[in-house]
Amino acid sequence: MSDPLVWLTIFVLSVFVGVEVISKVSTTLHTPLMSGANAIHGVILVGAILVAGEADSTGVLALALAAVVLAAINMAGGFVVTDRMLVMFSGRRKRIPAATRPELDA
Amino acid sequence: VIPTWAQLGYLAAAVCFIVALKGLSSPRTARRGNLIGAAGAVLAVGIVFLASDLDYLLPIGVALAAGTVIGVLAAYRVRMTQMPQLVALFNGVGGGAAAIVALVELHRIEAVGNAPIVDLIAAAFTIMVGAISFTGSVVTFLKLQEWMTTRPVTFAGYPILYGMGLLAALGFAVVLVWFPSMFLGFLLAVIGAGLGVLLVLPVGGADVPIVISLLNAFTGLTVAASGYVLENPLLLVAGTLVGAAGTLLTKLMAQAMGRSLFATLFGALRGGSTLGGTATSDRSVRSSAPADVAILLAYAQRVIIVPGYGLAVAQAQHTLRQLVDVLLERGTRVDYAIHPVAGRMPGHMNVLLAEAQVPYEQLKEMAEINTDFKQTDVVLVVGANDVVNPAAETSPGAPIYGMPILHANQARQVVFMKRSMRPGFAGIENELLYEPQTTLLFGDAKDTMAKLLAAVKAL
Repeated sequence: MSDPLVWLTIFVLSVFVGVEVISKVSTTLHTPLMSGANAIHGVILVGAILVAGEADSTGVLALALAAVVLAAINMAGGFVVTDRMLVMFSGRRKRIPAATRPELDA
Repeated sequence: VIPTWAQLGYLAAAVCFIVALKGLSSPRTARRGNLIGAAGAVLAVGIVFLASDLDYLLPIGVALAAGTVIGVLAAYRVRMTQMPQLVALFNGVGGGAAAIVALVELHRIEAVGNAPIVDLIAAAFTIMVGAISFTGSVVTFLKLQEWMTTRPVTFAGYPILYGMGLLAALGFAVVLVWFPSMFLGFLLAVIGAGLGVLLVLPVGGADVPIVISLLNAFTGLTVAASGYVLENPLLLVAGTLVGAAGTLLTKLMAQAMGRSLFATLFGALRGGSTLGGTATSDRSVRSSAPADVAILLAYAQRVIIVPGYGLAVAQAQHTLRQLVDVLLERGTRVDYAIHPVAGRMPGHMNVLLAEAQVPYEQLKEMAEINTDFKQTDVVLVVGANDVVNPAAETSPGAPIYGMPILHANQARQVVFMKRSMRPGFAGIENELLYEPQTTLLFGDAKDTMAKLLAAVKAL
């Protein structure tokens, strides 16, 4: 299999996994889930570090470092704020509508 | 080239992210899921330092530390009422970072002289969509923070301007693929930034969270494209996961608001949102004192509380919980009716009430409780407005038309706790305020709630 095809395969499979894993989320958790997913794309930090480490001029380095700062804010802040939300949910959960979403009368 | 052990490490991190998303979709495992995601992220950053031959380690470390400190401080400092706009900002900076990474990569390609065409397309995509995500998120922040109007903003030439912007962006992207240069990349980023602003302007206040979710999915896709350009499989997998999950989540949120994503984004352009705001306000309403409402509540058999964003802004949720406790002791049946978009985001109200230690089982979702309003003696609406506005069902021109509402209007008595007659976040008049069964209790929610609590206790 040629290289681009391997990447395409990974991409397509990831789309299905991404849709499948959250398909049963309850409305209660929409906000934390969005926030958690938001933190995960902070992994662009890895890319920012890579390009910063290979910078060939001061200008490019400055630009790449700006990306490192932004991505680190996204990632670290994202996971922490999600945890803050979820701490409040823990502890008292008698009724767990894990797989229920309301049927809306539109 | 990435060494084998690092590839395996990236794979482990990718699995962490999948497990994290899975965990986040169920209340029991949500917190653990988030922590697993964080562990995957730390692992990935550790690997990139160990496995790559990087220059400028010191400045990179400083930048990393600075970003982490800023992010963590912001996340700890933010009040839970303002959390949606913080999530929007975090998303925006992520999109900005992706766009910058693609710009720098474009610079490298420019120096080398050539690159596969798919790489260039992916880079152009990342720059444009990353810039859209960045400015779009900033505008959603401004709207949620109420630093600009929360009403939909449209103007005469909007569709033409938007179309021209899109065409220009596509044109620049094509030129960029033929003649890769950083300068063209910057221009593309500027056009993308403009498109981001245009995308969010016509979206009304109550719909803004759906746009945050959409922009979140956009950022995910830019990260995936960066992964392809940088030949880093982890970025591809993580970005695609977020892109796919975010798209589905956006759809679910739009469904909860009772309309399509397209109507959410561009509904205002059809001229539907001119209703309200201007008329009325000279009509008479019935208002009463906390003592009267206390009697109403104390002798009711069934009470439903409809909490809204205003409750949390006034920090009255703790006093409200005490009031509910007193009523429960008196034998009244009390529930909270949670609209899917109560607060500023789906699930936001659950977070806000959980913060006040309201037992989870007292929170009833809309579908669960909407038929109970008919048998309810008193509905206490605290700091909410749009979610009980009958206009959503009766006036096809209203911006919230089609949104499912709580049927508070079917109860015997409705008590609104309000600061003023100012309309809700969507900016439309609420007919329910003028109905004969409605009583208004004016004042700061926390203050009034304390008076109400004292009056009920005294009975």
